[in-house]
Amino acid sequence: MATEAESTGFAIHPMDQFVVKPLFGQNNIEWYTVTNVTMWMAIAVLAITALLVWGTSKRAVVPSRSQSIAELLYGFIYKMVEDVTGHEGVKYFPYVMTLFLFILTSNLLGLLPMSFTTTSHVAVTVVLALAVFLGVTILGFVKNGIGFLGMFWVTSAPVAVRPVLAVIEVISYFVRPVSHSIRLAGNLMAGHAVIKVIAGFASLAVVSPIVIGAVTAIYGLELLVAVVQAYVFTILTCVYLRDAVGGAHH
Amino acid sequence: MEGEVAQLALMGKYIGAGLATIGLGGAGIGVGHIAGNFLAGALRNPSAAPAQMANFFVGVAFAEALGIFSFLIALLLMFAV
Repeated sequence: MATEAESTGFAIHPMDQFVVKPLFGQNNIEWYTVTNVTMWMAIAVLAITALLVWGTSKRAVVPSRSQSIAELLYGFIYKMVEDVTGHEGVKYFPYVMTLFLFILTSNLLGLLPMSFTTTSHVAVTVVLALAVFLGVTILGFVKNGIGFLGMFWVTSAPVAVRPVLAVIEVISYFVRPVSHSIRLAGNLMAGHAVIKVIAGFASLAVVSPIVIGAVTAIYGLELLVAVVQAYVFTILTCVYLRDAVGGAHH
Repeated sequence: MEGEVAQLALMGKYIGAGLATIGLGGAGIGVGHIAGNFLAGALRNPSAAPAQMANFFVGVAFAEALGIFSFLIALLLMFAV
């Protein structure tokens, strides 16, 4: 990375923020090594637990601020699961809620200066997406049996084009986990890299006021992206769940 | 000779990464199309708009995913190849 930084002319390389480093001095990273990814994931989980447990511990009819945040989040996701997957899908609400809160908290924590965005790594998001993909596929076969494959045979289309559509449907089904994970990681990585690239221009005294304004504006945009991407990931999970629990006819 | 080949490969890598980002323009067109049409529809029938927000975001997500793929190709060319 050091040589790359010299060749591109940035004092701080914009991709340096994504480097996974061990927290306690070891040089090689094994599967059990405590890295900054581990730390920020743990912080995210602690933050969620603190919000939900501590926020609702002093329950009141007139909610405090933390209680009303926790309740609003719960109500928002519950309504989304119910609207998108229907009554059958409400059973899987805890999983969807967990996914949403983890992604949202990781995205927002990543916006703190000097922090690390765990969800900007494809390795993290691909696990989340594969869990959804495998879960939905298994659930579909358990619920509908072999009839789950009927999802690929579009009965509303003319018979002649059905085989072609079936091929396309199968391909698009298997691209799901790819796009599901890359979307989240790509959006966050791109946004954070853009902030750092623009911040790199601040070393030129002439343009630095403009740069500071631009970074502030993009930071606002990134706040929006962090929330919207968590929402999109969750709602796509719900859409995939609908295929499994409700079948195509819903 | 060896060095020249390496230089040429490096040049190809950077040009390819630059070309790959053109794909993001397509995603921009797609997302703008969805947002514009959503707004047009929402202004015609504002009472139906809130119920369609979820569909709107799903549509934007699908359109955007393809742009993100080309961004991924650019990143792979820059840092992985």
